[in-house]
Order: sequence, then structure tokens, then C-alpha cells
Amino acid sequence: MSDKLPSHVVTPGAGPAYDHGDKFKVEKLDFFYGGFNALTDISVSIKRHAVTAFIGPSGCGKSTFLRCLNRMNDLIPGTRVEGRITLDDHDVYGSGVDPVDLRRRVGMIFQQPNPFPMSIYDNVAYGPKLHGVRKKSELDAIVEESLKRANVWKEVKDILSRGGLTLSGGQQQRLCIARVLAVEPEVLLMDEPCSAIDPTSVQKIEDLMAELKDRITIVIVTHNMQQAARVSDYTAFFLQEVAGEPAHLVEYDRTASLFTTPKDRRTEDYITGRFG
Amino acid sequence: MQSRERMNKRATNAVALTVIWMAAIATVAALGTILVYVFVNGIGQITPSFIFTWPHGVNMEGGIWPTIQATVYVTGLSMLITTPIAVLAAVYLAEYAVQGRLVSTIRFAADSLASVPSIVMGLFGLAAFVEGMGMRLSVLAAALALSFLLLPIIVRTTEEAIRAVPKYIRWGSYGLGASKWQTVSRIVLPSAMPRITTGVILAAGRAMGETAVVIYTMGTMINGPVSPLDPGRTMPVHLMLMAQEGINMPGAYGTALLLVLLVLGFNLTARYIGRRNRRMQG
Repeated sequence: MSDKLPSHVVTPGAGPAYDHGDKFKVEKLDFFYGGFNALTDISVSIKRHAVTAFIGPSGCGKSTFLRCLNRMNDLIPGTRVEGRITLDDHDVYGSGVDPVDLRRRVGMIFQQPNPFPMSIYDNVAYGPKLHGVRKKSELDAIVEESLKRANVWKEVKDILSRGGLTLSGGQQQRLCIARVLAVEPEVLLMDEPCSAIDPTSVQKIEDLMAELKDRITIVIVTHNMQQAARVSDYTAFFLQEVAGEPAHLVEYDRTASLFTTPKDRRTEDYITGRFG
Repeated sequence: MQSRERMNKRATNAVALTVIWMAAIATVAALGTILVYVFVNGIGQITPSFIFTWPHGVNMEGGIWPTIQATVYVTGLSMLITTPIAVLAAVYLAEYAVQGRLVSTIRFAADSLASVPSIVMGLFGLAAFVEGMGMRLSVLAAALALSFLLLPIIVRTTEEAIRAVPKYIRWGSYGLGASKWQTVSRIVLPSAMPRITTGVILAAGRAMGETAVVIYTMGTMINGPVSPLDPGRTMPVHLMLMAQEGINMPGAYGTALLLVLLVLGFNLTARYIGRRNRRMQG
């Protein structure tokens, strides 16, 4: 299915180990908050079954861009997208696309862990129930499997009926990951998932990302360059160069190349800590 | 020079603190005085037979059971009518309506409705339900008139409860592919439920003590209403009539104490629900 990409789409140097084709293709994306042009001319392809990291200083639009991928920005009044995003070659903003269905396929983890005020079990079972799973045995299996994949099963298996909000922040975040995994998404978008939690949980989340990418495409926004270097296969560097002007994509490459031999001076300045 | 300044600061601080303290004490004292006054005058009346028997004779001796029955009946019926409408209206206002002039107009109308003097609401109930719709003096007419009084209160408390549910919890639900209605009904409303319940209970307490509305819409007959179309006399109305004619002051105080205890019970329940929930989520 993968057509030849238009020349303006930045394609990272593809290596045999990671390249399973493109999951998302973004072409000439512009994003507006009301009259403010927040992102401009973003063209990028996101590889299937790989971890892609978006890095850049605060306010560079990387989270905004992430939310374009599952149309979460639709929930913010006054926002507008121009350009084209395809998921498996289907237009994400196409007329026939139900954003509700899209968000099931493209799950999302937020910076702030956000368990629902219900039991651990019900948190994980919420998604499958929404999509029609009724049988108790089936739900039990999904809950266990999802909590295991999210690296939190051992800690919660005996307290499944306890409120999700009684867990520690890091456990809550992994519970939220389990909750998303329970609906079998194809893509997992993570918006600074580790910035508000303890180091042990960060370690566990980084481990699970490595395990998950066999089945899932992962995109992570992070402030932490070491984390991007550790967990990702590809890295995109976003930058807003002048306040009030739109942010754009400066460089996109295999993580190893971007961090060792950046092609752009600004990327080099950023990763060596000269600004940001 | 410096020490005098410091002295002045200390003095102003002490004065301000005293004034604030006095205001706080005055508030608590007002409530305390009323409660003690009603309690001292009414407690001698409160016996099982006062609560559970009917009044008799021209001076309304004996018990007040039918007025308790009428009070609970009309309050219950009114809450039954009001709560679903108010909660759905609040869901619409908070979740669905495009925030703009229309919604602020609706909100302003609700606030205005809440501030209409209850005697006017009683008059309206008399014209609209008792006479206009031919319900006569009845529990149903009173419940409907009370609904007009309670609707804005419950709408506003529910709306605030819904708005207090954090945005990121909703996003969690949307992020799983939930529709708007699924998110509202399964996440937002359950999360807001303790606060909504608190608001509803407080409104019920308000309805229970309401006099002006019910006297015009369900009358003063001591009958222990059974059908919603029966008239009846609620506790506040009974209290008012006994005290106004001075025929049975002890009975009036006894009724007042029971009424205060009932409303207090409602308020404490509301508080308990609010607290218990905070503990569970915390």
C-alpha cells in the first residue's frame, strides 16, 4: 500500500530492524488555535511498530501535534487543522471518519495520570465494556492481560476492587496505560507520561514501551532528551523560533543519528543543552 | 520611631482580629440562639404521641402526624418531579450547550427565578395550577409550585458539580473511544454525583420549610393527604396558624423543633455524603 512519498515528506534513514512501513503520514500540516497559527508545514511519517519521540522546548507545539493524530484537539473549541494526516493511508480528518472510533484505534496517555474515580478493575474494564464486551470471564482476562502488559499487575492483583485513585502516581499512570491497552489500540500516543511520576515507575514505563512495540506503534512527547534517546527509534525535533510565530519541525531522523550526528545546527544546539 | 510603627502594626492587627472574631462569634451565636430557643421551648412537647397522633379540638391539642405526612409527601413529590429535569437541564448547560449568550441568558433566568419571593411563587401556583389547570388545592399543585422554586437551585448546584469534574478525566474517557454521552453518563455524572446529591438534599430541606408557596397551593386542611390531588397542611403552615392565632404556642414550638431537626438532619446527611466521598476518592 505504501506509495512513494512526496518529496517534501521527511523520511528518516530507514534501517531493516525497525522499518515496518508508515503508520501515520503527515503532509503539510498547519494547526490553528483561533487566529493563532501554532504549527506550520509539518510533514513527517511515523513508522509502524517503532517508538517515535517528539522533543523540543516548552511551547514548541509537540503536544498539540500529538493531539492532531487522534483528533483530540477537536475537543478544544476554535481549533482548526490544515493539511493531511493519514493513518494506514486513510485520511484521519476525512468526512467519513468518526473521531470516537479513531480514538479507540489511537489511544492516548496524558501527562497527569487520570484514573476514573472507580475501582482498578473497573478502570481497565471501562473501555472493553464501552465497546460491547459483556462476559465476566472475558473481561477478567482482558483486565489481567492489560495490567500485565502495563507492568503493574504484580502490584495491584490483590487489590483490584480498590479505588484507582488510591494508588501512587506512578502506579496510576501504569493503570491508565493498562486502561488504554484494554481496547487494543494500534497506536499509543504518550504526552509526557513520565514527567509527574516517581523514577521506579518511569523505569517500568520505559520497559513496557520496549515490550509493546511488537504490537503497537508508539509516539511519545518528552522534555527529557535522555529518555528520548533511551526509548525511541526515531526522533523529531520541534521548535518555535520566534514567539508568536508558528512552530515547525526542524529535524527528523533515526534517534541514533539525530543524537550523534544532527544535520541541523539548531538540533545540535538543543541536544547539547545550549538552549531550551 | 521604628518601634512605634511596629506597635501600630501590632495594634491594627489585634483590632482586625478582634473584629473578625466578633463577626464569627455573632454568626455562630445567631444559629446557636435560635436552636437553643426552639429546643428549650419545644423539647417538652416532643413525645411519641405528639409525633404520631392527630390533632384534635379547636386549639389543636394532641399530635401533628398528618402535617408531618403532608410535609414529607409534598417534598418527596416535588423532588421527584424536579430532580430529573434539573439534572438533565444542568447536563445540557454544562456539557452540550454552546457557551455563549443563550446559555448565559438561561443561567441569568435561572438565577432570577431563584430570587423570586416565594410568596409570589405561591400566587403563581394558585393561578396556574390550582385554578388554571384545575388541580384545586392539592399536594400536586404545591409540588409543582415548589418545583419552580427548587429547579434553579438544583440546576445551579448540579451544573457546578459537573463543571468541577476535571477535564483530564473526561479526556481519559474520550481517549478510549467513548462518545460524548458515554463519557457524560458513565464518568462525569458518577464523579459529580456526591455533589449533586448534596445539592438535591439541601434543596429538599429548603422545600420542607417552605410556607408561602404551599399555603396557597395545598391549603390548610388537616387530613393526611393520600392522593396527590388531596389538599393538606404542612408543618410550617401548621406552625404558622397555631402561632398566629396564639391558640397553642407549645404545639407551635414542638412543631418548630421537629421541623428544625428534620432540616438539620437533611443538612448533616448532605455533609456526610460530601465528606465520605472525599475520603473514598482521596
